[in-house]
Amino acid sequence: MKVLYYPGCTLKTKARNLGDTAVESLALLDIELEELSRWNCCGAVHSLADDDLIHLVAPVRVLIRALEQGGGRLVTICSMCYNTLARANRVMRDDPEKRKTINLFMDEEPDYQGEVEVVHLLSMFRDEVGWDLLRERIKIPLKGLKIAPYYGCTLQRPREVGIEPVGRFDLMKHFIEALGAEAVSMTSADRCCGSYQILGNPEVAKDASSIILADAGKSGADALVLSCPLCEFNLDRNQGVLFEEGRISKVVPAFYFTQLLALALGVDPRRCHLELNSEASIGLLRDKGIIAS
Amino acid sequence: MTRISVKAGQRVFLDRLAKMSGQNVQQCFQCGICSGSCPMLENMDTHPRKIIRMAQFGMIEELEQANTFWICASCHACNVMCPRGVDLPRLMEALRLMTLRKNQNKVEPSRLPGEMIKEYPQIAMVSGFRKLTG
Ligand code: SF4
Ligand code: SF4
Repeated sequence: MKVLYYPGCTLKTKARNLGDTAVESLALLDIELEELSRWNCCGAVHSLADDDLIHLVAPVRVLIRALEQGGGRLVTICSMCYNTLARANRVMRDDPEKRKTINLFMDEEPDYQGEVEVVHLLSMFRDEVGWDLLRERIKIPLKGLKIAPYYGCTLQRPREVGIEPVGRFDLMKHFIEALGAEAVSMTSADRCCGSYQILGNPEVAKDASSIILADAGKSGADALVLSCPLCEFNLDRNQGVLFEEGRISKVVPAFYFTQLLALALGVDPRRCHLELNSEASIGLLRDKGIIAS
Repeated sequence: MTRISVKAGQRVFLDRLAKMSGQNVQQCFQCGICSGSCPMLENMDTHPRKIIRMAQFGMIEELEQANTFWICASCHACNVMCPRGVDLPRLMEALRLMTLRKNQNKVEPSRLPGEMIKEYPQIAMVSGFRKLTG
């Protein structure tokens, strides 16, 4: 099966540990992720003001490219891209006035009416691949690893684009279990990591991330699993800083869902770009015997 | 129900706020669920519920001075819980834009340390600039 996908800017550079592992794992599941041949940054956040339509142009352009390339649907791997594209798509589908203005403004492009279906890769596992098939294909079950699902904000909110109802975390739980690991729940699974405030108010963002990591520590999880490069930065790569500053007392590394998938499917760990995660991540996998020391 | 009267200057501000955010602040019945769900509350000098109250009363100066919408991370935890269907993140965005559109950035891209630019993922830069610069 061939599926059209949108990488977005971070997956090609700082989050290759998310992008590359997704492509490689899906190939092992007989799904070819075909990259959109022309794409631009989606803008990362949805425009929330009614008179700020200009910021819808970037995501809508991506959707038009997808339609041109024959994509009735477009798969995203980064959850912020998912949220931004899915919401822009809804505006184009459901708001005739804004649709008209945007189409008139983008007069060099064909008119777009929200025809593309924007799908997050996690939903594809649940709705198309199925947990049974995934379980069958696992070569190295992640036994002994306790993992807490971390959804952050953009996979579930606002409700109209949520991949699962607010407050339910079954999708990632089933995913973790299919990989042979143990799913552990924590109350902060959908609490904001501080998001873009890491740029504007880093102290505030660090406060927000520390609360989540402390909760993860208490829940008994060895690691978090997530799908957003901004969450990964705040909760994983920045963890050394949080620890040094005395904000957290226990290190709980985070992995992208695609990295754990790749490892469980038997992809060479060197191709999972663990060097891009926090230092503690490799140590944990070695301790658990999932990668060789 | 509280009867709220506002003066002409306030009316202009409130109309703009309503137009930009698409929200009717009078819908809010001050239950405080938004404040209770907000993960950034500790760092806000004015709680989200109070921001709506100020908007209901047209307290422009107080609204402009609050740090609330600069601390808000647009996480949408408040709006999925609001029993009155108020989309608070939209209100926060409108309040941010009222300042940002005066060419007053909250983050100066040219002054960011080189280290930060090298280390931070693109997604942090793009989202931060989108929310905190005009
Ligand atoms: S949750 Fe809604 S109704 Fe309650 S105080 Fe907040 S905005 Fe008002
Ligand atoms: S969107 Fe803003 S105000 Fe609402 S809960 Fe999140 S941080 Fe708080």
